[in-house]
Amino acid sequence: MTQTPDQVFVILKHWLLGYVPTSVHAIASAVLSILPLMVVFPLLFAITTLLERKGLGRIQNRLGPNRTGPMGLWQPLADGIKSLTKEDIVPFTADHIVHFLAPVLLVVAAFLAYAVLPVGRNMALVNLNAGVLFFFAVGSVVELAVFMAGWSSRSKYSMLGAMRAIAQMISYEVPLVLASVVVIMQAGSLSTVDIVERQATYTGIFPHWYVFTPWGFLGFILFMIAATAESNRSPFDLPEGESEIIAGYYIEYSGFKFALFFLGEYLGMFATSGIAITLFLGGWSAPLSVLTFIPSWAWFFLKLLTLICMFIWVRGTLPRLRMDQLMNFAWEFILPMALFNMVIAGLWRFMNPGAVRWFVCAFLILVPMFVLSALLKRKKKLQLRTYSFAE
Amino acid sequence: MSRDRGSRLLGEGIIKGLAETARNFFGSYISKQRLTTVQYPEERIPQDESFRNFPFLVYDGSDPEAGLRCVSCQICEKECPPKCIFIEKSKDKKPDAVGKPQFYPTVFDIDVSVCMSCQICVEVCPFEAIKMDVKYDYPTESRFAALLFDKHQLAKSNDYYHQIHPTEASAVDAALAAEREAAATKAAAAAAKAAAAKPAATAGAPGTATASAATSTVTPPSDTTAGEPR
Repeated sequence: MTQTPDQVFVILKHWLLGYVPTSVHAIASAVLSILPLMVVFPLLFAITTLLERKGLGRIQNRLGPNRTGPMGLWQPLADGIKSLTKEDIVPFTADHIVHFLAPVLLVVAAFLAYAVLPVGRNMALVNLNAGVLFFFAVGSVVELAVFMAGWSSRSKYSMLGAMRAIAQMISYEVPLVLASVVVIMQAGSLSTVDIVERQATYTGIFPHWYVFTPWGFLGFILFMIAATAESNRSPFDLPEGESEIIAGYYIEYSGFKFALFFLGEYLGMFATSGIAITLFLGGWSAPLSVLTFIPSWAWFFLKLLTLICMFIWVRGTLPRLRMDQLMNFAWEFILPMALFNMVIAGLWRFMNPGAVRWFVCAFLILVPMFVLSALLKRKKKLQLRTYSFAE
Repeated sequence: MSRDRGSRLLGEGIIKGLAETARNFFGSYISKQRLTTVQYPEERIPQDESFRNFPFLVYDGSDPEAGLRCVSCQICEKECPPKCIFIEKSKDKKPDAVGKPQFYPTVFDIDVSVCMSCQICVEVCPFEAIKMDVKYDYPTESRFAALLFDKHQLAKSNDYYHQIHPTEASAVDAALAAEREAAATKAAAAAAKAAAAKPAATAGAPGTATASAATSTVTPPSDTTAGEPR
């Protein structure tokens, strides 16, 4: 019975289902699976907002929020109450229906992505045989929601923000998908559940996570960069650049609709982090075989929190990119690297296992990386600006 | 160019930056010196002695009514640029800081929501009666009424003045003591003169002579005898 804590939620669900008449079994099962997801991830969002503000504060040698409750722990609650009680302003010239639908669609799309996320052993909502494909398909709905918000607001800033967001999200969606293709090649499956199970085996005490292979490591890095851009987070937060276009596509939103945007954005971030964990970091599997006594869902959320902390760390470190830098980076570095990575992953599959394979692949990754970074650097040589009249 | 350092690996600067922020993050837990923010209501920066905010009225001794230095000359009311001072002069008189009978304000209001802390009232006051306070937090629930300070709210003891502006208060006290002494010697001289004149004027009406002597010593034009404060 060592598996009991691991399967506690699965057992609980089946126990609860026992009290439900068989005629409504299917729908009750769905509700019982969906409800925890709809509770846990918004809760995680609340925790993350606090964590983010605290962490960013510490990074800037501040304390962060510390007024509401002990150590500012009730801050998310206070924020929630505030956004609920705020006036919901809709611009007079806005397209009211689309303006209302945009945040709803964003949150719905963000939640849909969780359907294929295995948050623990036997804990994926559905085991689609095209799970990864479903994830990216649903993820691209976010772009529609963003553009709906920007267009329906009838504001120049919203429009600019939405245009930037679309350009950025489409540009980075390509490397995002291509970076994950290597995993699909290796696992031979599009099902997220299968992909995790492939990685949840051990040699000695070490797991077979894809991040521990050269192509997997590179893929993970590329995936995370693209995921940061996909979720509009710093340093890729041009769509909402506060200093330039105030808040981008959601400038005309207030009150709870704004909170929904915020929620949707964070849910999207968790979802992409979750899929990164699923694809590269072994999903719910323990990092060492001796640590398997810790429940699988705990491992998933630990990894998720680690990635969230990484996101916060990066946000606290890097300044915002310029639009041309953003696009150059996507099309001239990440995309070629992702394509090259696919070749290496293919090579990896056909070479004999061993240290030689590892070093050859690592070498083959480092060479184009140096070449591409040198190319990228050569292009951005800064010139001294000359002023005709100012001097 | 120093910015472009040849064929370094892309992302090296990012790693350096991440290290720096990590140092900040953990450092802020270890050394309190990193946290430069003053946690305001609990912690306060010690104020400079020359700090000023709104005016207050100084009184000597322990009774704010009797010891109030203000003689209701209304110069500050006239000089105040935003016109935030309102004074009503009394009908009767009471002894002032120097000891002469003077009028006193029955009403002395300052609207601190209007006051611009220019200190002109302090500059023009010939009686050292109005000074600048250092209190800066006046949270109130009403926007106007609670920020209209009356005489009782404005009156603060000389000890308090010493506490907030020690150097300035000592100088003021010394000046006032000198004035008091000058007034005393002058009064003594006038009394001696009156005493000398008395036997000579025995032929005239004695009542009128003493009355005129009393008026000339007791109520001189205030700004000539009190002297300039600075």
